[in-house]
Amino acid sequence: MAIGLHDSSFKNPVVRWVDQRLPVFTMIQKEYGTFPTPRNFNYFWNFGALAMINLMIMIATGVFLAMHYTAHVDHAFESVERIMRDVNYGWLIRYAHMNGAHLFFAVVFIHIWRGMYYGSYKAPRELLWILGVVIFLLMMATAFMGYVLPWGQMSFWGATVITNLFSAIPLIGPEIVTYLWGGFSVDNPTLNRFFSLHFLLPFVITGVVFLHVAALHITGSNNPLGIEPKGPQDTLPFHPYYTAKDSVGIVVYLAVFAFLVFFMPNYLGHADNYIPANPLVTPAHIVPEWYFLPFYAILRAVPDKLGGVILMFGAIAVLFVLPWLDTSKVRSMRFRPIARIAFLLWTVNFMVLTWVGAKPAEGHYVLIAQIGTMIYFAYFLVVLPALGRLERPLPLPESIARAVLGPKAQLGGGPVPGGATAQPMEKA
Amino acid sequence: MAETSAPSGAATHSPAGAPAEAVTKRDFLKLTTTAFAVVGVGALAWPFISSLAPGGDVLALASTDVDLAPIAEGQAVTVMWRGKPVFVRHRTAAEIEAAREVQLSALKDPATDEARVQQAPWLVVVGICTHLGCVPLGQRPTDARGDFGGWFCPCHGSHYDTSGRIRRGPAPTNLEVPGYTFTSDSAIRIG
Amino acid sequence: MRIVKALAVALSLSFASPVLAAEAPPPPDARFGFAGLFGTFDRGALQRGFQVYKEVCSACHSMRLLSYRNLIDIGLTDEQVRAIAAEYMITDGPNEDGEMFERPGRLSDRFRRPFPNEQAARVANNGAYPVDLSVITKARAGGANYIHALLTGYVDPPAGVEVMPGMNYNAWFPGHQIAMPNVLNPGQLEFADGTEATVEQMSRDVTTFLAWAAEPEMERRRQMGVKVLIFLAILGGLVYATKRKVWADVKH
Repeated sequence: MAIGLHDSSFKNPVVRWVDQRLPVFTMIQKEYGTFPTPRNFNYFWNFGALAMINLMIMIATGVFLAMHYTAHVDHAFESVERIMRDVNYGWLIRYAHMNGAHLFFAVVFIHIWRGMYYGSYKAPRELLWILGVVIFLLMMATAFMGYVLPWGQMSFWGATVITNLFSAIPLIGPEIVTYLWGGFSVDNPTLNRFFSLHFLLPFVITGVVFLHVAALHITGSNNPLGIEPKGPQDTLPFHPYYTAKDSVGIVVYLAVFAFLVFFMPNYLGHADNYIPANPLVTPAHIVPEWYFLPFYAILRAVPDKLGGVILMFGAIAVLFVLPWLDTSKVRSMRFRPIARIAFLLWTVNFMVLTWVGAKPAEGHYVLIAQIGTMIYFAYFLVVLPALGRLERPLPLPESIARAVLGPKAQLGGGPVPGGATAQPMEKA
Repeated sequence: MAETSAPSGAATHSPAGAPAEAVTKRDFLKLTTTAFAVVGVGALAWPFISSLAPGGDVLALASTDVDLAPIAEGQAVTVMWRGKPVFVRHRTAAEIEAAREVQLSALKDPATDEARVQQAPWLVVVGICTHLGCVPLGQRPTDARGDFGGWFCPCHGSHYDTSGRIRRGPAPTNLEVPGYTFTSDSAIRIG
Repeated sequence: MRIVKALAVALSLSFASPVLAAEAPPPPDARFGFAGLFGTFDRGALQRGFQVYKEVCSACHSMRLLSYRNLIDIGLTDEQVRAIAAEYMITDGPNEDGEMFERPGRLSDRFRRPFPNEQAARVANNGAYPVDLSVITKARAGGANYIHALLTGYVDPPAGVEVMPGMNYNAWFPGHQIAMPNVLNPGQLEFADGTEATVEQMSRDVTTFLAWAAEPEMERRRQMGVKVLIFLAILGGLVYATKRKVWADVKH
């Protein structure tokens, strides 16, 4: 395109004036208006939009909480209770932030699960997937540091246990931990830096989310059939079809969110975190928030400090190479009868790990955690690579349109309503 | 927002040649839905805005008691009230007279001295210059009190008289008189 | 497999904590009026509960997150609360002479603490620290049910259980040995509204008061929740109808 004004198609003079100089309206129209989207999404495809909404809620509530919060060991607990008691609607903002974190992980877990079931990580979407794993890692770091801020017992001891993981690193481990703490135990310097980073990281996440979405809009979305759209008859414009469908999911999600916030705000939390931090007394049960439990179970499954830490980080690191571990050309598990069973078993196993992570690390719980850890890794490192060679997938449909509309569908005509598919052709 | 976004969206995406009746019905539904969503987002904004207002603990600290007994004639004290300095001056007879003999027409912000005090010797004003919020000089005996014997704001040269009224300089109004009551002959509660 | 098992046993031994063995069963449901999704605090119970806190608990336990002004929420008048606050001498200062001084409490003051600091509290209580009660029902698993069970749970120790000196046996305390003695006895105080001061009554009332103190926003929160959910139900219906309309002409 030549240097000069952007060739805008907008009629409104103000919109047009801006769009010629900075084509944001064209971009929004292209990426969220006419963007050709596979016509066969199911409701699992809502969860990306839900995660986006959730991130916005977390940032909005977080910024307002930061206006009232005091990051000092002597005042942190009290300043949070002041938010709950004296700040107008402070209880609402804080409970929304607290439960929003829980929901964020629930939404992202389902989003990741969907990606794994329908093979969304496979070529050409490997980088899209990797960016997603980066977001997940950043989320875990952010959530962990946020949990420290109220300076309750679980905050303090969670911070102590998790930072001590780094002491497992040979030779320099203890030094690293001292640097993390800014002292010789979790104390005021630790709280201050965690607050700073907890404020910063969500904006880093926002940046990576932008890249995640940008990469998505290069390759286009995967879909439940796992086959690429072959033409306009396979897609629908994003608006109004998927804006409407996403809106349904958003309202349902908000209803769940509201129910938690208004009626059982502390249900997912832990009572011990309403006891102010006490460096002299460890609570009887140190249990992380539920979304860390599977990884916590893996950590505790290994009776070796360094080994446990390596396996726990390995459990997430393995996701980075998942696109290359899964050697099958077929994306969707719908057409992979054996891999599908293996993945559903892996899912059950993940839930078992969640459950066992909350149990005391003793007796048969340790054995369950060890078996669970083996299954977790075996799926990625043995089952998927092997099935790519051994499994015979079911025949794939010729196209999305043919699968959706039946064998009568013909390319570019037939029962496909004109209005639904004309859009992408006109504007593309 | 509802008026602008919904119809334009509908216009772009109505299938060509669909029955007009269906289009209207869908438009009405879209309009209602969008309006509802906009109301919801608007209502959501309120708790956030409201959280910026003073909280319950701040409002509870809204009153301050001052014991007047130790303040000798001609002296003044500064007390904190709602995070702001309040000047309490025990005026001399000459200062009261100076405040009362001024013609209202000579004042930038006309107010009688009688209306600004509850008991003639005791002047209570918020010690914040009404120009841009500096604290005027004049509380200590060594301070410059300006050309009218009251207070002098060093930031931009506003002169206040012995009733705390603006007499010269950029400040637009007199020093504010806070709400206060005499709880006894020698004590007041501000706020 | 044998190695794994051996490891499991070794781990279980190294991790077995004495606390686990001493855990108390979950407390029974005391069926408080504020429990459930739409429960509210009974104002009479709150005021009686405050009286129990004031006359019994506050001898040892602080509630440092509460201010006297908060008592207006439990249905007392402004004058009543001012009078309650004025009963306490609050340390303030320093004054012009650089001295701390005492003055009657005001609405904006926090509840006066029975001890100036933790060390003083421990010295006065045989080395045990009476915990702050501001958020106690949020800070204990089992919440209000646990507090009520604990307060009414002082029973004779079962045969063979030896209670350590300075400790008391409680059926619901984790480990059963609690430093706090039984403090509720029938008829030990007279409720202003004439309710009979049984142990059960006093315990229920003070637990209600503590639950309010921990979550003073609860009633407002639930009311608002009902409105928000009704709004979302309507919006959900509208959005779903819109989605159906939008997709009506597309087979999918």
